[in-house]
Amino acid sequence: MPALAREVGGDDTAGRLVRLFTLTGGRTRPSRTDFTLITTVTAVDPPPERAPRPQPEQARILRRCARPIAVAELAAHLDLPVSVVAIMLCDLLEAGLITVHPPHPVTPRTPDLDLLQKVRDGLGRL
Amino acid sequence: MAGSETTVEAVAPPDTVKILIAGGFGVGKTTMVGSVSEIAPLRTEEPLTVAGLGIDDLNGIEEKQATTVALDFGRITISRELVLYLFGTPGQQRFWFMWNDLAIGALGAVVLVDVRRPESSFAAIDFFERRGIPFVVGVNGFHGEHPYPAEDIRDALALPADVRVLLCDARERESCRDVLIALVDQLIVAAKTA
Repeated sequence: MPALAREVGGDDTAGRLVRLFTLTGGRTRPSRTDFTLITTVTAVDPPPERAPRPQPEQARILRRCARPIAVAELAAHLDLPVSVVAIMLCDLLEAGLITVHPPHPVTPRTPDLDLLQKVRDGLGRL
Repeated sequence: MAGSETTVEAVAPPDTVKILIAGGFGVGKTTMVGSVSEIAPLRTEEPLTVAGLGIDDLNGIEEKQATTVALDFGRITISRELVLYLFGTPGQQRFWFMWNDLAIGALGAVVLVDVRRPESSFAAIDFFERRGIPFVVGVNGFHGEHPYPAEDIRDALALPADVRVLLCDARERESCRDVLIALVDQLIVAAKTA
């Protein structure tokens, strides 16, 4: 796959798109939809013994999520699209290298008064 | 909030919630995010091709250089257990296919309105009304000036009585905070009467 990236290296735009494409192994959507913009991910420390050695881009992600971090923040820091990061996170999750914390569930029909009050109090302290 | 948790809990991931900051192009969404966020606003860009938009769908897009959709966002740590994210929605209407994803799981939205061209925020108001997503309207004064009272703007936008309209200045932290508080207060009122 690095050979493919090198082939089009002269063209910046195409190179960038191809690079993204190789990062995801050609996939354009994650195999699961766990990763919303505000889903929090954390690297498993120490990593499981039988886990495969992470690729360089995966290692970058793991360093960034040594402490819990939201997917959107991770993508912004890595300068990668959220869609690409989500696919890479799928691999890391399946390898047991990260844990995933979903956002607080919000449903318009059953508002969570306790949650709203906490947000209200927090904003009041700003 | 008992404060009796051990250090193991210190790295537990916080719960996350989000509020959307919407409105027409150039109305001050990113300015507002930056005014209240505890971090400098972050940006993530999504290539249209990777975002799952088929090549055929690009036919309607005239500007060929517009190959990414930018999303600006900020963060407010409410407590150790709860973090609020603010997402400025893409302003250009042709990128609204992103909005459905953004809107899922949002507490609510702030629709910013520019008094000089309120029509640029009609579409955002319509979007949230159709989906039943609660919102408040923040009237962002040009240079902080407000030539019209809030009630005039409510009438001009034909807003329902339960939607609050606030005059604000997207450059001012306290002003933006007050708009967010008004939204949450509106959500609390609705929750109590549900």
